[in-house]
Amino acid sequence: MSVLKDTAQKALQTAISFVPDRWLPGAEPDPMRTKHGLIGAPVSRVDGPLKVEGKARFAAEVPYENMAYAALACSTISRGRIAALETAKAEAAPGVLLVMTYRNAPRMAPPPVMNSAPKAAGASDLPVMQDADIHWNGEPVALVLAETQEQADYAKSLIRVTYDLEPAITSFDVAKTRAHPPENILGEPSSIEFGDAEAALNGAAHRVDLMYRTPRYNHNAIELHAATVAWEGDKLTIHDATQMVNSTAWTVAQVFGLKEEQVRVLSPYVGGGFGGKCLWNHQILAAAASKLAGRPVRIALSREEVFRIVGGRTTTEQRVAIGAKPDGTLAALIHTGVAAMTTHNSCPEQFTFPARHLYAADTLKVAQDVADMDMVANTFMRAPGESIGTFALECAVDELAETMQLDPIELRRRIEPEKDPTTGHAFSSRNLIEAYRRGAEKFGWDKRDPTPRARRKGEWLIGMGCATATYPYYRMPGGAARIRLTREGRAIVSTAVHEMGMGTSTVQQQHVAARLGMSFDAVTFEYGDSTLPAGSMAGGSSQTASISATIIAATEALTKELLKLAGNDSPLAGLKPDQVEARNGGLCKRDEPDRFESYASILGRSQRQEVTCEASGPLPLEAQKYSMHSYGAQFCEMRVNMVTGETRVSRFLGSFDTGRILNSMTATSQFKGGIIMGLGLALTEETNFDARFGRIMNPSLAEYHVPVHMDVPRIDVIWNDIPDPHSPLGAHGIGEIGITGVGAAVANAVYNATGKRVRELPITLDKLL
Amino acid sequence: MHCTINGNRTEMVIDPRTSLLDFLRDHLGLTGTKKGCNQGACGACTVLVDGERINACLAFAVQYQGRSITTVEGLSRGGALHPLQQAFIKHDGFQCGYCTPGQLCSAIAMANEIERGIPSFVTKNLSTETALLDHDELRERMSGNLCRCGAYNGIVEAISETFAKEPA
Repeated sequence: MSVLKDTAQKALQTAISFVPDRWLPGAEPDPMRTKHGLIGAPVSRVDGPLKVEGKARFAAEVPYENMAYAALACSTISRGRIAALETAKAEAAPGVLLVMTYRNAPRMAPPPVMNSAPKAAGASDLPVMQDADIHWNGEPVALVLAETQEQADYAKSLIRVTYDLEPAITSFDVAKTRAHPPENILGEPSSIEFGDAEAALNGAAHRVDLMYRTPRYNHNAIELHAATVAWEGDKLTIHDATQMVNSTAWTVAQVFGLKEEQVRVLSPYVGGGFGGKCLWNHQILAAAASKLAGRPVRIALSREEVFRIVGGRTTTEQRVAIGAKPDGTLAALIHTGVAAMTTHNSCPEQFTFPARHLYAADTLKVAQDVADMDMVANTFMRAPGESIGTFALECAVDELAETMQLDPIELRRRIEPEKDPTTGHAFSSRNLIEAYRRGAEKFGWDKRDPTPRARRKGEWLIGMGCATATYPYYRMPGGAARIRLTREGRAIVSTAVHEMGMGTSTVQQQHVAARLGMSFDAVTFEYGDSTLPAGSMAGGSSQTASISATIIAATEALTKELLKLAGNDSPLAGLKPDQVEARNGGLCKRDEPDRFESYASILGRSQRQEVTCEASGPLPLEAQKYSMHSYGAQFCEMRVNMVTGETRVSRFLGSFDTGRILNSMTATSQFKGGIIMGLGLALTEETNFDARFGRIMNPSLAEYHVPVHMDVPRIDVIWNDIPDPHSPLGAHGIGEIGITGVGAAVANAVYNATGKRVRELPITLDKLL
Repeated sequence: MHCTINGNRTEMVIDPRTSLLDFLRDHLGLTGTKKGCNQGACGACTVLVDGERINACLAFAVQYQGRSITTVEGLSRGGALHPLQQAFIKHDGFQCGYCTPGQLCSAIAMANEIERGIPSFVTKNLSTETALLDHDELRERMSGNLCRCGAYNGIVEAISETFAKEPA
C-alpha cells in the first residue's frame, strides 16, 4: 500500500519536474506579493478586545442546559489487561449519572490514524475504551459522569482497578536495540544516501563525529484540553479546542459510524496548540458518555491528564558526522539516529529533514529509525523533527567550524548549496546568508571572541553562539473558501480554519481587504466551524499559505461572476478577468483605472443583494517543483555562573528569511514565541519518563519548567521580507521556524562561555558543573 | 453567604469543595478567569481579592464570604477598557489570549505592591520605601503568570508603559 503510494508519489514528482512553469500554481507570481497597503502592516488583532476582556469563549466555557460533567480514571500500568474493575461505590456516590468502562461503552471503531486518509486525525488507531487491554500508562479506563465536576472527581476516586501485567517496553535503551526504519517519514523516505559518506568522512581533512540526545517534551498550552459535546438525535456537536475541525469531524464520524455531515466541530478560539490540540481520547469518550446519558457533557482534562492522555515530542538519539575539505567545503554529511515511537501512531519525528536540504556536501547519508515503546502516542510538537534535528546538526557545524578555526558563519557561507542537495530542485527563495549577514550586524557578532571562557563579568561567564533555523514550506491540498459580497459593500469570507493565537483572522482580513480593494473593516472572516467550506488544518506552518490560495481561487471566481453580472452597460463591459483588478470597492481595467464600477453598482444594476462564490485552492504542486523552505539565523548571548552553573539568556536575536511578512506585529509575536519555546527546549524543559514503569513523573507545570517572564530577555527579530515568487502572497507560514536552531544557538553560546559542549538537552546546571 | 464580585453582591449557594475558580466559571458563568493547571502553577486564574492577587484555583469559594473580588470582567469602566487592557492590545501582549486575564489582574496588583514598597527577590535595596518598576523587578514579580505562546516581551512593554505613565 505505502510502497504503491511512494511509487505514485515519485512518478508524480518526476512528471512535475517536466511541467512548464506556466502550468503550475504560483508559477505566475501572485501580483499581490509586492503590493502594500495593509499587507505587511502591524494591524492589531481583531480579537484583541475580546481577549483582554475575557470574552473570547473557549471550549470548556460553552454553556448547555442540563449539562453533565466528566472525570477520567486512568491506567497506572503500561501494558496488560484489566483483571477487576470495581465501580459500584462510584456509581452509588452522590450526583453520579453513570460510570462508563469498556463493558458498557458504546461500540466504536478505532479512529483512523493521521496520514492514513486525507482527513484522518487519530493520534493513534488504538480502540478507545473497547476492551480490557491496556496500551500505555495513563490510558483512560473509566469515565464518571455526574451532575457537578466535584461529584465526578470524588466518585472517580472510589473506582478500584486491578490489572494482569504483561511485559512492556518502557526503556528507550531497550527499545532502541530493536529499532527499525519506519515505512516512510511524512511521505519521504526514511533514509537517503548518495556517495559513500562514511568513507568520505574517514578521508576528510577535518571531521567531527558526535552523538546528541534530546528528551521528551510536552506542548503545555495553558488552556487545558477540553470539549463540550451534545447529541441531537443522530447529530453530534463538539465544541472543541482543536487545530483541525474538519479532520476531527470526519474521524469522529468514522468512530461512531456516522456521515461526516452528522458531526459538527466548532473551535473559534484555541488557548494555544503547538501541535497538541488534535483528536485524542477525551473528545471521543465525552461523545460516548453523552450518548449513554442522553445529556450534554463537558470534559476538561487536568494538567496531569494532559500529560498522560495527550502525547508530546518524543525522545531521540542522533549522530551527526561531518567531514570537511581544507577549503571548507564538505566531503561528507551524515545525520542518523533513532526516535521513540509506538506501533499505533504515525509521528516518526523527522529530525533528519534539515540535513536533507541545508548544506552542500559531496556525499550524504541520512537515515532515521524508530524504536517502538509502550507509551502514550507521541505526536507533532512545534517543528517536530526540525527543532531537535537542528539542535544536533547546528551544534555539529559549530564544532566543525572550531576544528577548522573558521568563523561558524563563514563556514556556512562555504557550504551554501546552489540547488537542493537531495532533490536537485531549484530553491524557490533562499536567502539564508543574507539573514546571517543582517543578523550578525545587528547582534554585534564581530565582538565575539572565538576562544571559550574569554569573557567574564564577576562570577558570570559570557558567550555568544549562532545556528541556522529552517522549516519547510507546506501548503495543504483540499481547502476551499467562500466569499459573500453584499450590496452594502461588505465581504464575508468563510473557511473552516483555526485561530490559536497566530493572528489568522487578522491577517486574512488584511489579505481579503487588499485583494478585493476594500477597507479592512468592510471584511469579516468566519472560521473555526466544520460546517463552513472545508479549511486547512493548523499544522506544519501551512495554514496561511493554504488559506491564501483558497481565497485567491475564490476571488478569481468572484471576479468572473461580477464581470458576468456587470453586463454590457458597465464600463467593464467586454473585459476578461485577467484584464481587471480590484480597487476602491470595485473593479477597474488594470491599465485604464477610469474604467471602473463599484461592487455596489454592479450588484444594484443586476438587482442582486449579494453574490457568493466558493472555490478550492489548486494542488500544492509548487512544492514538488521547487525546494521551498524557510530559513533563519539565530543569535544567542548566554551568561553562565561559574559557581552554580546557572544559565541566563542575556540577549537573543532571530533573523528570518520566510518570504513576505503579512503582519509585522503578529509575525514578531510568532517568531518570538517560537524562540521562547526554543529557550525552554534548550534549558529547562524535559518530560521525565520512568524507564521502569513507563509513567511520566513530572506531569505538572510546577515540575515541567516552561520559560517564565524572568527567563526571557528582550528578544530582537528581523526579517529579509523577500517575497517567494512561488507562494500565495509571496509568504511562508512562520509558526514553527522560530523554535528551530534555538537549541543549538544556546548550546553554542554556552560552549563559547564555558568551554563545555553539552550534547544532551536540556542544558541544566548539573551538566555545567 | 455572599461575596461581592465586580461590585455586585453575589449569593453563594455551593458545595464546600468548590474552588473560587470553579465558582466563578461554572456557577456564575464568569469564564474570563481561566483554568490552566488547577494547582497554582500557571497563574491563569489570578483574580483580585480586596485588591490583592490570588490564584483562584487554590482557594475555596467559601473562604471568601464578605470579600470583594475583581475578575477580568470587572476591569473595564463604563464600557471603556482599562489602560492596561488597551496597552496589551497595542503591544501585542498575547497570542491565544488564554493567560491574558490572569496576566492583567496580576499586573494590576503587582503595580500596587510596588507602590507600597513591598520588596521582591531581586530588589537590591530592601530599606527603600518604593521599589522600582524596572525590567528585572517586573519580570520577577510576573513570573507566576505563565504564557506558553511567549508574549512576554509584549506583556512587559504593556505593563511598563501603563504604570510608568500613571502610578497605580
